[in-house]
Amino acid sequence: MALLDVTDLSVVFRRRGEEPFTAVDKVSFSVEPGQTVGLVGESGCGKSVTSLAIMGLLPKRGNQVTGSVRYEGTELLSLSPDQMRARRGKDLGMVFQDPLSSLNPVIPIGIQVTEVLEKHRGMPRRKAMIEAEDLLNRVGIPDPRRRLTEYPHQLSGGMRQRALIAIALACRPRVLIADEPTTALDVTIQAQILALLKELVTDTGTALIMITHDLGVVAGLCDQVNVLYGGRVVERAGRHELFELPRHPYTHGLLASIPRLDLEGDRLVPIPGSVADNIPWDGGCAFAPRCANQIADCTARTPELTGDQQRLLLCHNPMEVAVR
Amino acid sequence: MLRFTVRRMLQAIPTLFILSILIFAWLRSLPGGPATALLGDKATPEKIEALNHVMGLDRPLWEQYLGFLGRMATGDFGNSLISADPVLAEIGRCFPATIELSIVALLIAVGAGIPLGYLAARYRGGVLDNLTVGVSLIGVAVPVFFTGLMLKYVFAIQLGWLPPSGRLDPQIDATHITGFAVLDGLLTGEYDAAWDATLHLILPAVALSSIPMAAIVRITRAAVLDVLNEDYVRTANAKGLDARTVRGRHVLRNAMLPVSTTVGLQIGLLLAGAVLTEKVFNWGGIGSLIAQGIERHDYPRLQALILLAALVYVVMNLLVDISYAIIDPRVRVR
Repeated sequence: MALLDVTDLSVVFRRRGEEPFTAVDKVSFSVEPGQTVGLVGESGCGKSVTSLAIMGLLPKRGNQVTGSVRYEGTELLSLSPDQMRARRGKDLGMVFQDPLSSLNPVIPIGIQVTEVLEKHRGMPRRKAMIEAEDLLNRVGIPDPRRRLTEYPHQLSGGMRQRALIAIALACRPRVLIADEPTTALDVTIQAQILALLKELVTDTGTALIMITHDLGVVAGLCDQVNVLYGGRVVERAGRHELFELPRHPYTHGLLASIPRLDLEGDRLVPIPGSVADNIPWDGGCAFAPRCANQIADCTARTPELTGDQQRLLLCHNPMEVAVR
Repeated sequence: MLRFTVRRMLQAIPTLFILSILIFAWLRSLPGGPATALLGDKATPEKIEALNHVMGLDRPLWEQYLGFLGRMATGDFGNSLISADPVLAEIGRCFPATIELSIVALLIAVGAGIPLGYLAARYRGGVLDNLTVGVSLIGVAVPVFFTGLMLKYVFAIQLGWLPPSGRLDPQIDATHITGFAVLDGLLTGEYDAAWDATLHLILPAVALSSIPMAAIVRITRAAVLDVLNEDYVRTANAKGLDARTVRGRHVLRNAMLPVSTTVGLQIGLLLAGAVLTEKVFNWGGIGSLIAQGIERHDYPRLQALILLAALVYVVMNLLVDISYAIIDPRVRVR
């Protein structure tokens, strides 16, 4: 039994007066303690919605979440809202994309760290403050005692993200979900934050689910990679296998579109088109309209997942050659 | 914080100065004048001119203004042309009544408006939400004097639950200290007077509160809905905080920013509403002073009253700014 088991997770948005929209379509993956699993894909592929569904943070209204999310065997999707609140922040932590908007602008950092300690670890405020200072120290915030009394706008972007990480890790959750934690940061800060996450995960044996569109992040961090397209996992592989031989044309395209200086020719190779609003997986492959490797089957019948747990593929006509 | 407050107070001085010029010029640009108003339609031009000369109104405008400014600096706002009493004494007599009415109306508007707006947002689309939004629309649209008349008709005349007008039953012999009827009653231990004054306050205060309350309900609702969509509320939920902590600490406090602005603006309108409400309930505040003053072109009285209203407005704005700085650390000057 894995630490976190996601099976056939689907999220359907139902808005009045609109067609139901399947944002996440039977996504399955699992995470072991200490493992880092990547969910990769471009905007709109359903990776963020997946993470919010796991955390139970999707608004109740207008969203239908089905499938199963098991944490140490407990089904999270059938927990009551209060039971889920008791788990969030304690068993499952989450770091968000934009550290400025994700911190409350009118509350000192200290309170934002201690409130989670007070809630889940029952610490009194004074003791929680000492712990918070220690936490900020651990995530590499200099002069943590002073920072505790400051407000988010007084911290730099990287510092804010460190504070958010400190909050997410305050109660030593066994699963940490990081939703594009470096997207809003400078490149130099990105590297620091990634190194910090990696270090914390290794130290504590926390399982990390890394949501990103950045293959550089994947290359540096993830043990296993799930590539999402149109709400489905289209390819799963270990990091090395994936970069060596991406089988799905979409993954292939993603890797090929990374600018490289060590090769002849200076033209980037983009994937043509963009993710359609509503992707029809029934009666064909959703990626077919953009696929260079398309065959007749692709628009005739829906592809099935093939392979084993370590290496999965959802494609009628996979690539056989490495990215040059 | 202190420096911030002092600086804002100093900034109010030029505002009031410019305003004094505008009021002075504006009053004198109105057709007719105090002499005409005092002497009636049939007065001869010679008589009007003579009276104007006595009152110093035939001198150049700038000279009149400088005189006004000079006397004002010594605290002399002149005597009312109607009652011949010093204007400040008149205001001192009537202003507490208006303040009492306005404060109670404001307390009702804020005390009921914020919770209602919050609940409407929380149960968005529900019965309470629709009811609140609907009623507040009526509250904004219906003029204060009409609300006042309706309340008076239903609760005072038809049901007889509350007194229809005045501030105190004339049979009660109350001691006056502050001029605030309820407070006086409590201070002197004349609890029957305090209770009677409270009963008298209810209808006019509710009528006067209707417009600011409607505005506060709507802005609170909108602000809460806005804040609920903020990322930091999602973060708070991701921490697994109790729903109560999320609402109280993370949602409400941020939502109070636009609400405090609205409250400040509404206080200015409250004074205008008070004039009308006082008329309906025969309240004896500055409302009747103003109305009478305008009819009779009582320059000294109007100048003092309008400056006073402006001063209240400026002070209220200052309080709003201070409340902003208290709620939002980003506003504070470092």
